[in-house]
Amino acid sequence: MPTKHLLRIENLHHSFENEEVLKGISFSLDKGETKVIVGPSGTGKSTVLNNIIRLVPPTRGKIYLEDTEITSAKNINEIRQQIGFVFQDFGLFNHLTAKGNVMIGLTKVKKMDKNEAEELALFELDRVGLKDYANSYPSQLSGGQKQRVGIARALAMQPKLILFDEPTSALDPELTGEVLKVMRNLAEEGMTMLVVTHEMGFARSVADELIFMEGGNIVEQGDPEKLFTDPDHKRTKEFLFQLTNLYGEGEK
Amino acid sequence: MLDIFMEYYPLFLRGLGVTVFVTIISCFSGTVLGTFLALGKIYGNKFVSALVRLFISIIRGTPLLVQLFIIYYGLPAYGIRLTPIIAAVISFIINSGAYQAEYLRGSIQSISGSQLKAAQSIGMTKWQGIRHIILPQALRRVIPSWTNEFIYMIKYSSLAYVIGAKELMTEGKLIASRNYQFFNVYFIVALIYLVVIVIFVYLFNKIEKKVTIP
Ligand SMILES: Nc1ncnc2c1ncn2[C@@H]1O[C@H](COP(=O)(O)OP(=O)(O)OP(=O)(O)O)[C@@H](O)[C@H]1O
Ligand SMILES: [Mg+2]
Repeated sequence: MPTKHLLRIENLHHSFENEEVLKGISFSLDKGETKVIVGPSGTGKSTVLNNIIRLVPPTRGKIYLEDTEITSAKNINEIRQQIGFVFQDFGLFNHLTAKGNVMIGLTKVKKMDKNEAEELALFELDRVGLKDYANSYPSQLSGGQKQRVGIARALAMQPKLILFDEPTSALDPELTGEVLKVMRNLAEEGMTMLVVTHEMGFARSVADELIFMEGGNIVEQGDPEKLFTDPDHKRTKEFLFQLTNLYGEGEK
Repeated sequence: MLDIFMEYYPLFLRGLGVTVFVTIISCFSGTVLGTFLALGKIYGNKFVSALVRLFISIIRGTPLLVQLFIIYYGLPAYGIRLTPIIAAVISFIINSGAYQAEYLRGSIQSISGSQLKAAQSIGMTKWQGIRHIILPQALRRVIPSWTNEFIYMIKYSSLAYVIGAKELMTEGKLIASRNYQFFNVYFIVALIYLVVIVIFVYLFNKIEKKVTIP
């Protein structure tokens, strides 16, 4: 059956050795939507994201990108080009400048002409506010700048959606703002995003839906405001209360 | 001593030329061989990885001179006849490749696994990630060990004199057997090795500085 969803996950299971860490996750993402996943450490949030682009192949279940079933698709490298990924530890290529990091996927994967790739790379760096840092190497950038290069690198591939795995949790608190601002702008521009984060301010003001995961299951998902103020499950209330105490409400 | 050098310098220089040629070819080809061995050991399947391990332990576990003799004196029994220089170059490539594989393996493994993950996340195949992301970093890190390997190789290449390859040591021996000035002749030979090594070390340090990522 064809679907209007951009991304659809059906009954996703994952086991490491004999330990089942995902026990049947299902949700979907429409074009232009931003969904935020929260949950305690070790709950399987990263595993969901890694399963989607098959950096870790899922054990069972189906994932659709538009009409294509991507869990068993042979051309995984083509599918990965359509799904951006932003890593907690940035994952920048250390031997390349900011510009080189953004360009390399264009020249080596998309086989784009070098001048064209450079132009697009500078455009994307400008979009994340880093045009002046195009020739800096990762070691010369702050954490917040590195993560923005990571976002520019994902954007340059012109993906259909971007997955973020705790994009700000490796940053000093004063640097999270600049990264969240870029993500907020992307959401406003209509980018489709799936974000694992503990930034509740971002979740409340940007997310179309909040997904609370625990122990490999989705406990509750829905309108962020509802989950914060009037959740159906006691665990949701406890966890979000804890998070808000720990991280504050953030800028709204 | 200077007069001996002036008299025989064409021979010394010819020998030096062969030494440098043999060393450069062996070292660079050794890097190529070593790279494939290291990749096979790290990323290859069980069979490839075991084969590489076996090869490396055989080469590192036997004397270079023995390897040289097997290739030069042993292979003709199987119909493969090589000139001394070719035999020397082949055995040096194999030997250097095995050592360089180990340096490279360490260097590749010191690069975080998240680099390859990031490469794959933008649609690179594993091989593209290795080629464009991992190796450029690993090869830079291996330059200091590589410089050491090059110094060893210049000196070890003198072993080729035992099979009559006309490198610096062989030329020195020929000159000394003509004028019987053993001390002076070998002293000049030693001096030439020293000067050449100092020059190459200087060059490689320059290159290392130039390609270092801030
Ligand atoms: N490569 C692996 N091998 C074995 N077990 C793993 C592996 N990666 C993750 N796990 C386990 O799977 C579970 C889920 O891990 P995952 O990283 O998805 O959690 P998470 O929700 O992202 O946690 P965090 O908030 O700490 O990032 C954890 O118990 C973890 O120990
Ligand atoms: Mg995680």
